[in-house]
Parts: sequence; structure tokens; C-alpha cells
Amino acid sequence: MRQLRFLQAMNEAYRQVMAEDESVMILGEDIRGGIRGETKGLHAAFGDDRVLDTPISEAAFTGFATGAALAGLRPIVQFQVPSLIYVAFDQLVNQAAKMRLMLGGQADLPVTYTIMVSGTRGGNAGQHSDNPYPYLVHAGFKVVCPSTAYDAKGLMIQAIREQDPVVFIASAMSLPHKGEVPEEIYTVPLGKGQVRRAGTDVTVVAVGHLVPEALAVAESLSEKRGISVEVWDPRTLLPFDRDGLLESVRKTGRVVIYDDTNRSCGYASEISAILGEHAFSSLIAPIKRITRADIPLPYNPDLEAAVLPSPMQLEQAICSVWSYSKS
Amino acid sequence: MSNILPPQMARKMYADMFRIRQFDIKVVELVDDDLIPGSCHEYCGQEAVAVGVCSALTKKDILTSTHRGHGHTLAKGGDVGKMFAELFGKSAGYNKGRGGSMHIADFSLGIFGANGIVGAGAPIACGAAHKFKAAGEPHVAVSFFGDGAINQGVVHEAMNLAAIWRLPVIFVCENNLYAMTTPLRDVTILELYERAQSYGMASTKVDGMDVGAVFDTTFSAVERARAGGGPSFIQCDTYRYFGHYSGERHMKTTYRTQQEIDEWKKRDPLDFWAERLIQGSICSAQDIERMKREVDEQIAEGVEYASQCPAPSPQDALEHMYAVNYPYTPAQGAEQ
Repeated sequence: MRQLRFLQAMNEAYRQVMAEDESVMILGEDIRGGIRGETKGLHAAFGDDRVLDTPISEAAFTGFATGAALAGLRPIVQFQVPSLIYVAFDQLVNQAAKMRLMLGGQADLPVTYTIMVSGTRGGNAGQHSDNPYPYLVHAGFKVVCPSTAYDAKGLMIQAIREQDPVVFIASAMSLPHKGEVPEEIYTVPLGKGQVRRAGTDVTVVAVGHLVPEALAVAESLSEKRGISVEVWDPRTLLPFDRDGLLESVRKTGRVVIYDDTNRSCGYASEISAILGEHAFSSLIAPIKRITRADIPLPYNPDLEAAVLPSPMQLEQAICSVWSYSKS
Repeated sequence: MSNILPPQMARKMYADMFRIRQFDIKVVELVDDDLIPGSCHEYCGQEAVAVGVCSALTKKDILTSTHRGHGHTLAKGGDVGKMFAELFGKSAGYNKGRGGSMHIADFSLGIFGANGIVGAGAPIACGAAHKFKAAGEPHVAVSFFGDGAINQGVVHEAMNLAAIWRLPVIFVCENNLYAMTTPLRDVTILELYERAQSYGMASTKVDGMDVGAVFDTTFSAVERARAGGGPSFIQCDTYRYFGHYSGERHMKTTYRTQQEIDEWKKRDPLDFWAERLIQGSICSAQDIERMKREVDEQIAEGVEYASQCPAPSPQDALEHMYAVNYPYTPAQGAEQ
């Protein structure tokens, strides 16, 4: 099958949905000149009213999308870097996320927020390296975090078609990923995780760009130590595929969560709590979390590496839960 | 008296203002009686602004309102009974008891909702206006906000968006001189409308106690917007008779004097308009009394309706968060 990069898959999703549904529009900073490529060609194809370059006014363009959606459009709002969402937090958290419930369901809010280059690309320091999805899940946004080009296209199309606000996390380290992507329109359903590698000894729950790292560690441990590691990718963080997670963990009884958000109240905390509540009797070893440290990312590459979750930490954690005995 | 106002509309404006006045006087009573949970922000004194603006709109035009929003909703045609039901937290309320005073909305009337965050409705109005413009529909979006909102960044960002994209938006700034207890003069330099001028839009100041003047000014702005002439800004100078919110009169506040309040009451928008109607032979004093009686009956019926309709079931507390729920989403507070 044809191979596309993650960014090309996003671009194809945008193009195909915009061609199919004329209520879909996209707005944000530098959309028309989009240097990374995910918005390439959209302006030429769909024109001024549907492809808008905004001023640097994150709060206003986020609220603008809310109003456009309430009036019947289906906007995609693109944030250049994840931490820009904080500038728009009132419009996201107080307005868009709460609106449907506060209105008693009078109106739907079909907005997709694309958060580009989420996480670190190396050397971007404190304000350009966040993975803000725990905040957004907490606020009640549906959040997808694809790890492959295939999922990027399928989840994007589904996100745009949802009647509720959905956040699409485009992890910086996933953008170069290349994989098989069908040419036709297809969707990946929200709330369905996927076993990326089957195993019987330990489940690794890996989020977003950490999925390929987890797969590499799993392969290596299989060869070196004969440990059979299952790698499970939630793909959607809200709604979360609890049944899929429990199926894997009930089989293996051992779990390591590999997630690049803060240790305290990060996404791994929630997964860990779900397992504590629903898989207690299946667990053979304590749950382990490999996460980011609770500080803003430092600039220096060695300091940065010291606070990010690493394959080496993952490997140690897998070995530790594998060899854990209750004695 | 406005030159462009049909007599029938001039009479209706009085009834609309009186309905807002009586509605919010009743609200104060009901808050005191603990029949309305939380607190409300009464609109009394500012009626000419909501009615003057909304009388220049059609049902298809939309508005975004403020925390002090009862007047806007009523002026746009909101149903008294459904509003009281919402304030009582009932299922038959506009928002099914999920929103209350600060979020009342009626999408069938183009009311995109009151808002508890100062200035937050301005960009939302711009988004709706973009839809109208892109679809070639002749409708406009009105964003109401107070003098306090003029110092919110998002309002300025929204005015800029409306200006650069020539959106059919009318920014209506209700200047009641106080942001809660903070006087406008302490936090703002220049007249409010002068700020909007810097975005290159038509911007003007009007007597917000004169419903005819507000109507005329809005009418021109709406005509300009419908013709593709872009956004406008209208500063309406007005005054609120009650405190910032319903609880304030139980406190000993000193941020404004009784003398100041009394001075403004001499320019009451209802008395002013009744006098104009009678002087212009548009209606008689008896007609006005009859309109008042009808409104009072509506208010009484609305309260009666709201008190009798059922409360929502706590079992349904998670409804309306999403269009369709996924398994375990939204999650319950206790284990599912």
C-alpha cells in the first residue's frame, strides 16, 4: 500500500473532508503559508472563506471557532505549538468545553483543535515542549493522540465529523513517521485502543510518539531476555478504551505505563488509577509509570533527557515488573 | 422620538422595557426567598439598551450576552416562563436547569447565551458573523458587553478580527460606569468608543437611557453591516439601579452614593419613553397602564409556570455534556 508521512496524512484528511463537506473550515496562524506542509494547498483549493490566516490572537480565534460552530460551521482550529492553548484557555475551558452542557444541549460544538508539534523536539525549552493533553482531558475535551500516519488520517477525519469539540494531538516526534495510508476516506473510531505488539508477560501502555519507542524496547527485550511484551496504544485519551486496556492487563498481570506528561496528575496517573480500581485482582506486580518529571523542560539537551521518559527507564521497569515476586 | 420608528414598535418597546424591569424586580424577590439558587445580576435601569438594540434586529440575527443578560434575552423575544424555569433550575428551563442566570440561551431566537466571563462573547459573535458573511446571508451578530470588558484583551482581539475581515458585527458597550465596584474613571482613559475608532470601524456614543436613540444608532449600524460595510461599535451610557448582583443590597457598599443613584433615576428610561409616547400621541396614559397590567400578568404566569414544572432528575446529571456519550464518558464521580 501507498506510504505517507504523518503530516501528509493530516493534509489528506483536511483536503478530503473539506472537499466532502463545505461547512468545514480551517483557521489559525500561518495556515496558508504552512511551512510544515499539513495545510499545503488548502487555500488554493478552498478559498478565503474556508481557509483563514488569523492574527496572533489565540483567544479570539478560538472563540471565533466556537461562534462559527454554533452558527452551523465545522471549524478546525490549528495551534502552531501546544503551549499557545494556554493563551486561549478561557475560550477553550470556560467556553467551548463547558458550553454544550451549560446550554442544556441546545447546540452542538463540532470544533477540531489541532495541536501541532506537541511535546519536545529537543532544545525548545519550557514554553515550546509541553504535551498539554492532561489539562484538556480534565476539561472534558475529547482528545486523540495518534502514533501512526494511518491513525492520523483516520482519527482526524473522525474528529472533524464528531459533534463535540475534539483535540488532535500531533506529537512533534510522530510527524516524520511514515506508514501505510489508504487513499480513500476512512475513519478510526474514538475510544478504541490497539494492540501494537502482542505479548503475554507484560503490558506496556504507550501514548503517542512513545509507541514506536516501546515497540523497539519490546523487541529488544524479547531477544535479550525472552520477555514477551504486549504494547498497547490507547489512540484516544478521552473517550478512553478501558475495556481494551483491561483485556490486555488481565492477560499479562503486569503493566508499565509509558507517557510523556507530568508524573503528578499526568495521563499515566489516570490509567494507573483505572487499573487499581478495575484490575486489582489480576495484577501480579505493582503498576509502574515512566513519565516526564514535574518541571518545565530545561533547554540543555542533557538536562532535557534527564527529565523525559526514556527507553532505558522503560526497559528497566519492564524487567522489574517481570521479575517481581510477592515474597 | 425617533423618525424611523413605526408607532406600533414604539409602543412595543415600552412593554418590552417594562417586562425587563418587572422580571428583574421579581428575580430579586425570588432570590431573597431562596427560590432561585446562586445569584443574579439585575438589568434594571439599563432597559433602553437591550430594547433599543434588539428592536433593530430580526430573529435570524444573533447576539452574545453578558452575565447581566436577562434584559438581552427578553428584548430578543425570550419566553418569561422558560426563563424563570431556568432560574429555578427546572427541566423546562431554557438550559434544562444546567445553566441558570449566567448562561440562558435560546438558539431558536439567535440568543447564543449569556456568559459569566467578561468580554468572552465578543469573538464568539465574530465567528457567527463570519458564517453569515461566507454564506451570503444578510444577518448580523451583536455582542453585548459592559464598560469593564473594554479592558479585556479578547474584546480588542475580536474588534480587530471583525475589522480586518469586515464582519457584520455590532459591538454594544453598555457603560453603566462600574465594573462591579470599580469606577470606570479609575481604570480607563479616554471615552470607550474612541478605542474602537482605532480599529477603523464606525464608532459612536449614544444616550443609553433613550431607547429611541439607541434604536436609531443600532439601525444604522445594522444597515451598514447587512450591506457589507463591516463592524460598528456603539457605546451606550446607562446606569444600573441595583447592585452588581442580587446579594449586594444586603451589604453596606459605598462605591456609589444614593444621590448619584437618585440623579440617574430622574432619567429613568421607562418614564422617559412613556412621556415621549404620550407627547407624540402614540398612545395614551391608559394604554400604558394596560400594557403594564398585561406584563404583570405575564410575569405572574411565568413564575407560576416555573414553580410548577418538574425538576431534573439527579440521575440525568451527566446528560448534555456530549452529543453522544461513549462508554465510561463522561465518568461518574463514584466507581462505575
